[in-house]
Amino acid sequence: MELVCPAGNYQSLIKAVDNGANAVYIGLKNETNARHFAGLNFSEDDIKKAIDYAHQHKCKVYCAINTYPRQTKWERWAYSVDSAIGLGIDTLIVADIGVMDYIRNKHSEFPIHLSVQASATNLGALKFYHREFQIRRAVLPRVLSLRQVEYLAKNAPLEIEVFGFGSLCIMAEGRCYLSSYMTGESPNTQGVCSPAAYVKWEDKGSILESRLNNLLIDRFTEDETAGYPTLCKGRFEVEGKVEHALEEPTSLNTMGILPELKKAGVAAIKVEGRQRSPAYIASVTKQWRKAIDDVAIRQQRVDPKQIEQLAEFAEGAQTTIGAYERSWQ
Amino acid sequence: MAQVKKMKLSLAANPYFWQKQKYFDFYHDIASTNIDIIYLGETVCSKRREMKFEDWLDIASHLSSKGKQVVLSTMTLIEAASEFKYMNKICSQQDFLVEANDMAAVYLLSENRLPFVVGSAVNLYNLTSFNRFKNLGMKRWVVPVELGKDDLNSLTSDVSTDEIEIEYQVFGRMPLAYSARCFTARHHRLAKDDCQFKCLDYEQGIHVKTQEGDTFAQINGIQTQSSKVTNLLSQLSELAEKKVSVARISPVGYEDTINVINQFSDQIKGDSDESVCHQLKGLKNDYLFCNGYWNQIEGMNFVE
Repeated sequence: MELVCPAGNYQSLIKAVDNGANAVYIGLKNETNARHFAGLNFSEDDIKKAIDYAHQHKCKVYCAINTYPRQTKWERWAYSVDSAIGLGIDTLIVADIGVMDYIRNKHSEFPIHLSVQASATNLGALKFYHREFQIRRAVLPRVLSLRQVEYLAKNAPLEIEVFGFGSLCIMAEGRCYLSSYMTGESPNTQGVCSPAAYVKWEDKGSILESRLNNLLIDRFTEDETAGYPTLCKGRFEVEGKVEHALEEPTSLNTMGILPELKKAGVAAIKVEGRQRSPAYIASVTKQWRKAIDDVAIRQQRVDPKQIEQLAEFAEGAQTTIGAYERSWQ
Repeated sequence: MAQVKKMKLSLAANPYFWQKQKYFDFYHDIASTNIDIIYLGETVCSKRREMKFEDWLDIASHLSSKGKQVVLSTMTLIEAASEFKYMNKICSQQDFLVEANDMAAVYLLSENRLPFVVGSAVNLYNLTSFNRFKNLGMKRWVVPVELGKDDLNSLTSDVSTDEIEIEYQVFGRMPLAYSARCFTARHHRLAKDDCQFKCLDYEQGIHVKTQEGDTFAQINGIQTQSSKVTNLLSQLSELAEKKVSVARISPVGYEDTINVINQFSDQIKGDSDESVCHQLKGLKNDYLFCNGYWNQIEGMNFVE
């Protein structure tokens, strides 16, 4: 089972490689990837250095070009594909069929992984991408239960990668337009969700308010931890009750079901978090390397203490295995 | 206005969960409006089983006999084997055109060599994707909600609309997100597997407001919609200029939907002057309107 770790910059990539990642995924400094945040991602020079370092240590480098180009901006995606392939990237992670078509027109065999942003949640969708573009692997959306993951890993004509750890997006990825509804910028087109440029914090004495494009997302009292105003994680009024109408801030952690994922034939575990610090990447990669080796080589379950330790790195107060567990749904 | 006069009017699949009899009554009344195209089926949640496949076919045949074009819509988020099987049934029949709302439906329809409509939840953002879908059998494209007039301009300038129709939502709440979780059940502190079909209690979903009372979203089972209602009644000529040939209305409340169909139809047929008629009249519910996406800005805004 391969461990695929995130890197938002060269330092993080080194940490991921040094701590045992089998592959590191990165993005270019533009909206062609779904973590298009200020100060994050790789210039072409960075990519060259990154590939050199990773390859010296037998680690692969994947590049996410996983947003959807509007026709008016098509050239930027085409350029990014050419650039990443030219620099020697091992695999492209792609969501848009136009981009896949472009890659296949130039290179009949270049490895393509289907991004989670393509929202392929069933066998028919996976067969579609395999038939049309001969993709090698698909990253499954975080909306599936363990049983559904097992079924797909067994029956799909390609490798399956699942999310193991990190922030939990509760909507089917690639099919959520809430962010552009409120700010004009979305994961699909701009590679951002609830973008920082639209966030406003207002200190009202004992209450801290977070806003997105002026709409109130949440209010925190002094004893509450104020989280980033990702719009689906705020508290809203529904039929007179103020509640987390869509989702509480929680994180995903599948370490506890790692043996089941291994047994199902899942090819790779993905760690979310290109926006995280090099220190975070180092710790999380190290723990996951140990966990996968425990399960795959030593054939034992992961120590519950280690799972607890990992939870300390999580966003929000609690971790969950998310949709993998039916009761969460 | 000449181009507008050629525009067809469509009714999207009803996104809400109603009692069986109400669907039958609703579509019976829809049959006597001037609507040209009607999309039928459950697109949100497979647990909504008031209507069997055969019930939808009954309605489809009736509408068809009244001269309407019927399109069967598939579910948007397909996970379980039972959902896949149901979709397969829709994608295997040849009496009605199918709206593919997931890539799995595109897969099955192209395997079966059947023509199809690409629904708005399938991500088609550029000409390369457009041509790929066209080669697979796309006959009509329902534009993703977050694309607007500039996107269409650059995409459709080289497209022949004789071959492929372009459909854009002109009225109704917009589908904005789908989840593994059911927000209606969650609101009632119920597990999804034991949701007690709470969606039946809400004709148009549940309104979600900010803590300051601003409108935010509409929850409808596993779907999140815009709480504001798209209204492009006064932009129909602009739509036609960008080669939109089908104007889509998404159902809201029963009576209001029929009223809105009639007013859009009057506008298209040229019975009302676009420059004068900016407002929908006589609606039962209070709707806040938006048209931001068409104008390439945040979807929730309204540009006069």
